[in-house]
Amino acid sequence: MSSTIGKNGNQFIHWFKFSSPATFYPLAGKLIPFFWALAIIFGIAGLWISFFVAPVDAVQGQGYRIIFIHVPASWMSMFIYIVMAVWAGLGLVFNTRLSAMMAQALAPTGALMAFISLWTGAFWGKPMWGAWWVWDARLTSELILLFLYLGFMALQASIDDPRRADKAGAILALVGVVNVPIIYFSVKWWNTLHQGASISVDKAPSMAHTMLLGMLLMALCLWMYSIAVALMRVRAIILERESHADWVRSLEGVK
Amino acid sequence: MSALLAVIRRDLLLVMRRKSEVLTILFFFVIVTSLFPLGIGADTALLRKIAPGVIWVTALLSTMLGLQRLFASDFADGTLEQMALSPTPLTLLVGGKIAAHWLVCGLPLVLLAPVIGLQFDLDASTLGTFILALLIGTPILSLIGAIGAALTLGVRGGGVLLSLLVLPLYIPVLIFGAGAVYAQSVGLDVGGHFSVLAALLVLALFFAPWATTAAVRIAIE
Amino acid sequence: MTAYFSDFDNLPLNQSTLRASALTCVRGERTLFTDLDLQVSAGEWLHIRGENGIGKTSLLRLLAGLTAPAAGSISWNDQSIVADASEYHRNLLFLGHRDSLKEDLTAFENLSIVTALDGVTVSEDEILFALHRFGLRGREDLPVNCLSAGQKRRVLLARLLLRKAKLWILDEPFNALDVRAVEMLSELIGEHIAAGGMAIMTSHQEIPMPNGRVVQL
Repeated sequence: MSSTIGKNGNQFIHWFKFSSPATFYPLAGKLIPFFWALAIIFGIAGLWISFFVAPVDAVQGQGYRIIFIHVPASWMSMFIYIVMAVWAGLGLVFNTRLSAMMAQALAPTGALMAFISLWTGAFWGKPMWGAWWVWDARLTSELILLFLYLGFMALQASIDDPRRADKAGAILALVGVVNVPIIYFSVKWWNTLHQGASISVDKAPSMAHTMLLGMLLMALCLWMYSIAVALMRVRAIILERESHADWVRSLEGVK
Repeated sequence: MSALLAVIRRDLLLVMRRKSEVLTILFFFVIVTSLFPLGIGADTALLRKIAPGVIWVTALLSTMLGLQRLFASDFADGTLEQMALSPTPLTLLVGGKIAAHWLVCGLPLVLLAPVIGLQFDLDASTLGTFILALLIGTPILSLIGAIGAALTLGVRGGGVLLSLLVLPLYIPVLIFGAGAVYAQSVGLDVGGHFSVLAALLVLALFFAPWATTAAVRIAIE
Repeated sequence: MTAYFSDFDNLPLNQSTLRASALTCVRGERTLFTDLDLQVSAGEWLHIRGENGIGKTSLLRLLAGLTAPAAGSISWNDQSIVADASEYHRNLLFLGHRDSLKEDLTAFENLSIVTALDGVTVSEDEILFALHRFGLRGREDLPVNCLSAGQKRRVLLARLLLRKAKLWILDEPFNALDVRAVEMLSELIGEHIAAGGMAIMTSHQEIPMPNGRVVQL
């Protein structure tokens, strides 16, 4: 089953071929260096713009440059959660193992992004407002998102049967994805009520184009990095879960 | 309909046979709320200010303690499996169990809250708002918590894992529930808070029994 | 003593059929069995035999619809049991290893509640009759945790009687029963089959009933 013949006699790629762990494994292996390369290229471009090209902020001086990591990390943490929930949901609906493995592979990276977002938020906050932590809407939602990631990972780690772990995790991820906007809205509202820090972390005063470009490049860098790392992780998960299969036993390095 | 009533009656009957399980949860609620004034000091102005948050958080924790008994015993003795094989839709039976859980773990909190509120020197109108907010909020806690309880059935480290999963999802209820009481205590309008709480309740009523049933089926497999 | 069976909805005998085709069962990493076919119709019963761990309980749970097979399909009266689960459940009674009784409730309460949950209307007298038939007179109002293991299984026999389901899937039903109770159960199953019902059972030992088909795993 390597391809289907289309109406014109053309050969289309049969995407479902790659939904089996056995065929996805080598494909992922070939893609990984490609994504690492993209990550490095975007990273160098992004960091260069962030540190050398973007102008000094009138109010916040040089210290503000940490938003070039903070904001992309926040974006990625939310994006990865959604992607993870989609993969988990697909795995639940179509009963495919690989989708669930992909969700499992994405979770630690997403959690890392949330963690980086929180740390960089703190490093920004300290020189700016004199406090390591402020109960700003974005940071608080980020913290809760980190808890959702940790919950997902803890649930999967606690269930011995891998298929049950996949399905239970999928339900949790889907419930989480519905709740994330609700939580964000609640926290934002709560923040305005309680008049916390007057400067919000995500309200950078008028963005110069270069600042936006720097953030976009760093976001792309983190995105490529996340894909590369997730592919590496899913390969490890495949090996672990399919260890009884013949194709695994016949791999170089496993023999 | 009669199956729904039967399942509620069943769970209430089971609680009556083992009252201590539920009474200990209520004592927990009373004791923990009393710890705060003891730990913070008897400054009434301060107590009035922290009361909404403290009582709500303790209500969250108490509901969570009660969640573990929602499905665990039925799962262990095989009756949950029988419910899944019943001609009556499992979602209906699960909904009935959640309703019974609220009657046993949520409603008493609503009734106890005014008593606790007096400890924190809250005035009558604030207490009234508190009761109403808990009345709308505690069913949401039972509904969302049921999802977590079903996901962690028979899983190692169940109780603590349940907390990790469910407490982040409780945050909107906490924010608006405590917010309503706080607003009332300082004379602000509470309409907005209650609208959101009501909306959360409707959302939870729609989705939670369904998600919980899916999780129960996964646990039974 | 009248039995509480009647011809099941006066259907022709060949209409009620459970059919399983090409069933494959995977538990964890082990494939227990592949490509298994079986069929049972009204008035028939199957005895699933095999050693410990070979997959008898897994097969019963698949047939009951509790787990999904890795491959293959199961149909009840030519309708997939997944697509029309409610109809299948109406006709099915599954008893597994566990007692499926609430320990804190009395035998009477257990039966009245479980029949209500199943949407079956029975009168108090019918419940008492069933309990008495299986030797539990005087024990109807004791909490189940006061009964012996054998007596608890007898409460389940009463449930079999009250539920009037066409298909009985029973996992090791003769376990923990004394000689008298084994006779009662055999009699009960015999009546059920004779009235047009069907049964699938597992047991390590010989089942003391005539005319079953054996499926060896």
